[in-house]
Amino acid sequence: MAAASNNPPLLEVKNLRVEFPTRRGTLLAVDDVSFDIAPGEVLGVVGESGAGKSLTGNAIIGLLEPPGRIAGGEIRLEGRRIDNLPYEEMRKVRGARIGAIFQDPLTSLNPLYSVGRQLVETIQTHLPLSGSQARARALDLLKEVGIPGAEMRIDHYPHQFSGGMRQRVVIALALCAGPRLIVADEPTTALDVSIQAQIIALLKRLCREHGTAVMLVTHDMGVIAETADRVAVMYAGRIAEIGPVRDVVKHAQHPYTKGLMGSIPSLGVRTERLTQIDGAMPRLTEIPKGCAFNPRCTVLGQRCMVERPELMAAGASRAACWHHDRGGVGQPVAKETVNA
Amino acid sequence: MPDGSPREFVRLEGLKRYFDVSPPWLVRAIEGRPRQIVQAVDGVDIEIAKGETFSLVGESGCGKSTVARLVVGLFPPTDGRIEFDGNDMAQRRSGADTAALRRRMQMIFQDPYASLNPRWRVFDIIAEPIRAFGLSSDKADLEKRVGDLLRQVRLTPADGRKYPHEFSGGQRQRISIARALASEPEFLVCDEPTSALDVSVQAQILNLMVDLQRRLQLTYLFISHNLAVVYHISTRVGVMYLGRLVEVAPTETLFTRPKHPYTRMLLDTIPDLDMTGRQRSPVGGEVPSPINPPSGCSFHPRCPYANDRCKSERPKALPIEGGTVACHAIEEGRLPVEERSYAAAAR
Repeated sequence: MAAASNNPPLLEVKNLRVEFPTRRGTLLAVDDVSFDIAPGEVLGVVGESGAGKSLTGNAIIGLLEPPGRIAGGEIRLEGRRIDNLPYEEMRKVRGARIGAIFQDPLTSLNPLYSVGRQLVETIQTHLPLSGSQARARALDLLKEVGIPGAEMRIDHYPHQFSGGMRQRVVIALALCAGPRLIVADEPTTALDVSIQAQIIALLKRLCREHGTAVMLVTHDMGVIAETADRVAVMYAGRIAEIGPVRDVVKHAQHPYTKGLMGSIPSLGVRTERLTQIDGAMPRLTEIPKGCAFNPRCTVLGQRCMVERPELMAAGASRAACWHHDRGGVGQPVAKETVNA
Repeated sequence: MPDGSPREFVRLEGLKRYFDVSPPWLVRAIEGRPRQIVQAVDGVDIEIAKGETFSLVGESGCGKSTVARLVVGLFPPTDGRIEFDGNDMAQRRSGADTAALRRRMQMIFQDPYASLNPRWRVFDIIAEPIRAFGLSSDKADLEKRVGDLLRQVRLTPADGRKYPHEFSGGQRQRISIARALASEPEFLVCDEPTSALDVSVQAQILNLMVDLQRRLQLTYLFISHNLAVVYHISTRVGVMYLGRLVEVAPTETLFTRPKHPYTRMLLDTIPDLDMTGRQRSPVGGEVPSPINPPSGCSFHPRCPYANDRCKSERPKALPIEGGTVACHAIEEGRLPVEERSYAAAAR
């Protein structure tokens, strides 16, 4: 694992809350989420649509869409608080210290500028380089992300690239200023499997070579299993379970994670029926009291209906479930010792 | 399968569909540009037996959805035959006969947000095929039928009064399944029915489809890009690349003894839960444009085993181990068949 427990974490998120004021009251979309990422580590964040995983990522890069706003908690990058920075200050952090990769490479590139111009613009915003130096760096970046014929391709426009190549350009853009952290929101979802493998291999190589940490947000458990060091499973705006990827995949503690792993069809084991979790994730307006998973849970107890479980040690990971060991009640771990 | 009859239920023979994507006539005349034709489906032969699930897999743009649309008659084929239960679909017949045939095949679409009319109540959405085919005369019977269909997909008859927007993605896909079942079809074409859904909901829909198939003796043509889903649900699998079938085999054979280099590549690139930390071997290159497909075997630019013959001569589908494979390297014995095993997950 890349996470060494005595290193100071690169990113610390503590009790983050994101809310949306609406006419019918305030919706809490991210509810008391805490985790951290060590330098060079890949943290996977999985969950179904609406679990709050993308909002957590957007809150970190300071791109929450209004009326969404951070309602509580703090985000620290290399020890410095970044959640309350003024807009202009945050702009300097974003791009320079934190890179972002989004799902759809076509919409994250400007169709009217050549990719070279977009790269040069980003480089010059963050680094004190002349035009020709910036262009040389742009060319190096394109070569590094594996674009064949980079000298020619640098003057091409986004529509002249295929989906996989476009995503490589977006990754090059995210790397422009040598960020310490990359927030990648569903970077491979829009791509075919064979291209997906290329992009994942590229991301892993870049992390290794540059020591960049990655927060990888996706709903694809396969991608997480292959790429991440640790994984956080989100459900209804909360972290249900967080731990080393092997433990979460093989020895899931939270009943939701167990159901989720069972519901993924796997090669080699042909079962008659897949495990299914009945029902659907509650809407933000109807999150039940106590544990948010209680209407769908199979190991339900009295306590789950009234008291909300905090993350507690469970096996090698930490799970927010009173009955993760089916019976015994775990001891909540103090929030400061967040290091799985 | 169930009745053990060898006779194929659905047969596609040399099926082709080309799309004209040329610029307008005047632009072509002025700029001297030629016509541009996309060979979306370029000679596909498939036989599907009654009661089985035949899956088509491939990357985007390989023509699998076009095949689905050709089979149900949403596009006319450019060339080739479609036979359904012994009837040639291209034959001219009376309106009533056509309707009687059409009733027996239905389609489930990928996106349940786009395939249900937002202005109709669920009851009317499901009742439409029943009314259109005149399967029910009085109102009480119609209500009973729609109620039964809703129950069959694990919704309640009371849900019929709601509008589609009141349901989640998985529930909407159940509504599309109920609508597809309304005309009492025997053959369902499912075009990526779960790829817009979350995994836990995907499991619900796949389980429902398996249950319905068993209860109603349905035959499925299942289109997907997700190999793990295909492995789970299919009897036989066809792998498509650039409008052609490169390999057809029974599911177990395809996954444990894949033959065509493209099939092997696809299998190598699936991320799997058991692969924690393992490096996938990414294959270089991308799918070429179907406007200008490579000569010979269309996979040769990405194939590590390609030789001169592969570049010039298009391989034919040859029978092998209960399936077919279109590859010169396999035919010449240059490429040995490899065994694959998957560590059974300890879950």
